[in-house]
Amino acid sequence: MGNVVLGYKGSDDYIASRPLMEIVNVSVALGKPLVIKGEPGTGKTLLAHSIATALNKRLIVWNIKSTTKARDGLYVYDTVQRLNDARFKDKDISDIRKYIKPGKLGQAFISDEQVVLLIDEIDKADIEFPNDLLNELDEMSFHIPELDEEVAAKHRPVVVITSNSEKELPDAFLRRCIFHYIEFPDVEMMERIVKVHFPDIETKLVREAIKRFYWIREVDGLRKKPSTSELLDWIKALALGGISVDKISSEIPFLGTLLKNELDTDRFIKVSNSHGGFGLKRRG
Amino acid sequence: MFTDFFYLLRKKGVPVSVTEWVSFIEAMYNGYFQSSLNHLYYVGRAFLVKSEAYYDMFDLAFQEYFGGIKTEGVELDKVLKWLENPLQRLPRLNSEEMEEFQKKLEEFRKTHNMEELMRQFRERLKEQKERHDGGGKWIGTGGTSPFGAYGYHPGGIRVGGESWMQSAAKVAEERRFRNYRNDIILDVRQTKVALKKLREFKREGAEEELDIDETIDKTAKEGGEIELVFNRSRENTVRIILLMDTGGSMFPYTELCERLFSAASQMEHFKDFKYYFFHNCIYQDVYEDIANYKRVPTEKLFSNFHKGYKVFIVGDARMAFSELFDVNGCIDYFSTNDRPSVEWLMRIKEHFPHSVWLNPTHRNYWNHYTVDSIGKIFPMFELTIDGLKDAIKSLTSRAKPPLQN
Repeated sequence: MGNVVLGYKGSDDYIASRPLMEIVNVSVALGKPLVIKGEPGTGKTLLAHSIATALNKRLIVWNIKSTTKARDGLYVYDTVQRLNDARFKDKDISDIRKYIKPGKLGQAFISDEQVVLLIDEIDKADIEFPNDLLNELDEMSFHIPELDEEVAAKHRPVVVITSNSEKELPDAFLRRCIFHYIEFPDVEMMERIVKVHFPDIETKLVREAIKRFYWIREVDGLRKKPSTSELLDWIKALALGGISVDKISSEIPFLGTLLKNELDTDRFIKVSNSHGGFGLKRRG
Repeated sequence: MFTDFFYLLRKKGVPVSVTEWVSFIEAMYNGYFQSSLNHLYYVGRAFLVKSEAYYDMFDLAFQEYFGGIKTEGVELDKVLKWLENPLQRLPRLNSEEMEEFQKKLEEFRKTHNMEELMRQFRERLKEQKERHDGGGKWIGTGGTSPFGAYGYHPGGIRVGGESWMQSAAKVAEERRFRNYRNDIILDVRQTKVALKKLREFKREGAEEELDIDETIDKTAKEGGEIELVFNRSRENTVRIILLMDTGGSMFPYTELCERLFSAASQMEHFKDFKYYFFHNCIYQDVYEDIANYKRVPTEKLFSNFHKGYKVFIVGDARMAFSELFDVNGCIDYFSTNDRPSVEWLMRIKEHFPHSVWLNPTHRNYWNHYTVDSIGKIFPMFELTIDGLKDAIKSLTSRAKPPLQN
């Protein structure tokens, strides 16, 4: 059999590394949920959007908050509405079905075509949350006791789950998933990413900016290292400001777009001064 | 097939379960894998390893298991072969030559476009069929062509650089994920994540409070008959006492302890967080400041704090025998103690059943009489992420009586 059909190859606005592409394809083929971890700004959430675009499927986003419960994703039985309706004679409340609304996971299950379901930042919820979804994600079905009905997925959705590793996910949950840790992109990859976002900006400027960017990231003791989105903002600012390439290597204009924390800025200035000013750490 | 790889992974400390292994093997039999080691590395890892903390161990195992197999390469591998064993005839440059070399480099930068160079490189790669040393056009070693390694063409393409997909064995060899290992020393954020686990206590011993949602739910289901539902309060009840050693032997670990301290004090979800310092070992007084100036009788800990407090003691637990077991054993010249330290420690453990000892030194160095003795009073853990997690686990489970020998 050999090759899996490479269905997903990244999309126009998203660059996926080759290993990631292959992992996405295997998880789509097997219908297993894909858990994505990585530093902020490595494009975890965007991945799901990109998969949906590339495979031409509808995307359903389930944003997890600290108060989200697993059941919210399945269905909500709007008892209050029913109680309210019961006070007036004009509505028929005998049909419970009218008050049962599918949650995001439920929507993904009953959809007539395969969808991409993004469960975003699953680690924000209670520590038990993933365990409550074990069976639902495994069998892709759930039971509604009020109706005594089984809701099974018509088409197994492509499930992408992102986590910021704020809380560790339970082992039992992870065992059923495919896992990938997105590394921070290297220089070459970053260049391609920037190119996707700003195809028109001069290559030289981009190169120099990226070089600076990685240098700043390597400064010890930063509270928050600048990430991809900050780099993109910065490059945009540089291009709009009409800053010349030489200027980037001699000083760092718009430092505020990269470092958002006052302590970091101080720290950075201290370190770069101790290196004898900007731009001396160039390598051929 | 590969079953010994499974055992190797487990031996290296990757917690692979049978379920994961089976689905990995299934996927392989069903043809979801391309017959390539690269593919096996990345996709296999996605199946078998569920935390970046274990990536490094996976790398090690992969290297050991597949290291002997030649990885089929991207074209770079072919090129790299030509570049093995560079000619040992490179002239040493003196400073003048070096300067000239630098100048040329700048010139080359100006006149050449990198993309153009890459294009040429690919073309030449297509044409070139064999190894080439010296000379000025082909890709090889020791020459002055812009392509190759160990040569002196300023600013040319160095073959052997990063590629977006290196052969798997090489990535494994690099061990890029070493820093994600769990058993390395903790940083503040990691520590906070670990300490967050203490949030699990949240519903412990809580009062009852009205659950409005459930009440409405129930009432509606009962058709309007009011039905009150009570739930446990979600208030966090964790109270912490941190006791830290500031003795001389702890000096190398100051920063480590600071991190734990700052992580703990930044945690907002503890109901109460108290910290005290001590010097080498705990006697009748502990101190409110690092300089051991403001003393607080240890007795006060017992009268002020109830036994629900969780106690973390941080120290290397290494001291002279007398410091732990003797009256007046305290190392400070001006201090006297009429009870040996070990008695105080036992009283702490008695009063605070939920207490643990965190030791910043490595487990291998715990073979010391006072460390042993203290380890018998308090469960002792390494001051690493894993150790901290274990410590928290033991705190959340029921308190055990001190180990008796």
